[in-house]
Amino acid sequence: MSTTDNQLPLWEVFIQSKSGTPHKHAGSIHASDKNMALENARDIYTRRGEGRNIWVVLSDQIAASKTEDEAEFFDPADDKVYRHPSFYKVPDGVKNM
Amino acid sequence: MKTPEERLNHFNACIESEVKIEPKDWMPDEYRKTMIRQLSQHAHSEVIGMQPEGNWVLRAPSLRAKKILLAKIQDEGGHGLYLYSAAETLGISRDEMIEQLHSGKAKYSSIFNYPALTWADIGAIGWLVDGAAIVNQISLQRTSYGPYSRAMVRICKEESFHQRQGYEIMTTMMNGTAEQKEMAQDAMNRWWWPSLMMFGPPDNESAHTKQSMQWKIKRESNDVLRQRFIDKTVDQAHFIGLTVPDKNMKFNESTQQYEISPIDWEEFKQVISGNGPCNHKRLSHHIKVHKQGKWVREAALAFSKNQQKNKATLFTN
Amino acid sequence: MNTKKALYNYCLRLADNNLIAGQRLAEWCSNGPILEEDLAMTNFALDYLGQAEFHYNYAAELEGKNRSGDEIAFTRSERQYFNCLLLEQPNGDFAQSMMKIFLYSAFAKLLLGALTHSQDERLAALATKGIKEIKYHFRHSSECIIRFGNGTEESQHRSQFALNEIWPYTADLFEMNDTDQALISLGIAVDLNSLHTSWLLSVNEILNAANLSVIHNQHMYKGGYKGNHTEHLGHLLCEMQYLQRAHPGAIW
Repeated sequence: MSTTDNQLPLWEVFIQSKSGTPHKHAGSIHASDKNMALENARDIYTRRGEGRNIWVVLSDQIAASKTEDEAEFFDPADDKVYRHPSFYKVPDGVKNM
Repeated sequence: MKTPEERLNHFNACIESEVKIEPKDWMPDEYRKTMIRQLSQHAHSEVIGMQPEGNWVLRAPSLRAKKILLAKIQDEGGHGLYLYSAAETLGISRDEMIEQLHSGKAKYSSIFNYPALTWADIGAIGWLVDGAAIVNQISLQRTSYGPYSRAMVRICKEESFHQRQGYEIMTTMMNGTAEQKEMAQDAMNRWWWPSLMMFGPPDNESAHTKQSMQWKIKRESNDVLRQRFIDKTVDQAHFIGLTVPDKNMKFNESTQQYEISPIDWEEFKQVISGNGPCNHKRLSHHIKVHKQGKWVREAALAFSKNQQKNKATLFTN
Repeated sequence: MNTKKALYNYCLRLADNNLIAGQRLAEWCSNGPILEEDLAMTNFALDYLGQAEFHYNYAAELEGKNRSGDEIAFTRSERQYFNCLLLEQPNGDFAQSMMKIFLYSAFAKLLLGALTHSQDERLAALATKGIKEIKYHFRHSSECIIRFGNGTEESQHRSQFALNEIWPYTADLFEMNDTDQALISLGIAVDLNSLHTSWLLSVNEILNAANLSVIHNQHMYKGGYKGNHTEHLGHLLCEMQYLQRAHPGAIW
């Protein structure tokens, strides 16, 4: 943080646009506490009726995987086709499966 | 761990294959610097751009006009905020960016150093200035840095009404009294050339264009974007009876493009280097407001610390 | 006073309050202490201006003289505006502006709450729409006041000063006249006396949480609803009405 002034801590904003849908990352805002963060998120990211629920979390509280680790993290899932239903043969004519 | 060469190859391959660069990805220092410079300049432009229009909010001639103008200026603040956030993912804080703006190290679009003198200027700013910005921003939706690209997508969506509202003001005034028509033409005369300058110097003189194009930060050159803007805007002007202040402008039948007179780049250089009509006013206003707001930001931070200490809580609901 | 005239006046009062609140808040545009708060203040302004437009349009219908809502909003003179004194006061610093929104929204929340039961369907419908916005203004401004009161020495000092400056204009919010009298018995208008205790309660709860205290026995200014304003209103109107006055009849 800068020594001469402050713009308040950074928060990440997640908006749920419709009931039943997941919260999606909308962007960030600056705020000094949870209430302010929620209200700032409301004022900035739901001006056109985009929201029905908001989550905010301090940006420095988010852990993220590294892009360099992409291969180790995610490639191993690529060849586990048996996790997907289309992998399995079902005799023709069998229904409701 | 990858070797430096492997990382650079990986980065170049991403750029080549249109894979967006994300905040935690390795990137060349120059790419990071260029991105920060462009993002902060874009963000500052949005925020400084609130001032010329803000100059007319209190005098807007109808409730409808006042609401529209306020909502538009608010969008600009919001867009500044999105862009600051995108820049923050590159490791620079908003405090630092604001410091750089105040020290003159960071720039903002020179267009906002022109004054908004009459209500017609609000029309001209929306139609011409936002119109030019939109041409540029649509192109930037495909920029190579992920957060910038995503911010641009959101901004383009939200700004789609800005140009229309400006054109609506111009149209209404061109259908109005003689005085209103005169105001509209006068605003057109004053804002036309500065809007064309918004796309930056010609390609052969642009310092950053080549590298930025290679990295796909910029997707189309200054001159290409400028010409696109001219071609759509001239027809819009004629449609409502406005004259483009360029006597020698010609329509080239074979290219189907308007050919304009040379742009006065000396004026552009003067304004960029601080000698525009409002450079001092815009910056000193931002500095003044920033200083005046300091105690509010300090209070908010102090409260959050006190809250943790004393368990003084805010009322929720 | 006949009912129609009284209803017109009452509608104007609601409209004028909203317009003057919106105009003052719009002054914060590009002047906020932090970008987020700049946008929040603009949202408030837009809420008030939206409500103003509805009320002016209704007033124009009631008047029945073929004037538009805008003409009523922009072409009257000082003495014909019926807004409360509190809202026309200059913005001062951020603490004073916030204090104005806080004290006013605490009042408007109760007023609109009661007006949702008005026998006049239009007023009731507008109140139902407006109260959601006002509740949010009250929440946001209350929290700000609590932060200031428990923030730094400077913010404590500024918010106490703001309270001292603004409080003398709060009695005016509850000052009734012929207009109210003509409409209360018909169940159209709200008896403002009935709101006073609740207002004090909700305001004091926040002020206590903010460690701020009201100086009692100050002179209280009144007269806004009758068109007796402070000198500040005239200047606000000069600026706001400039184009309408300079180009009579022009369409924008």
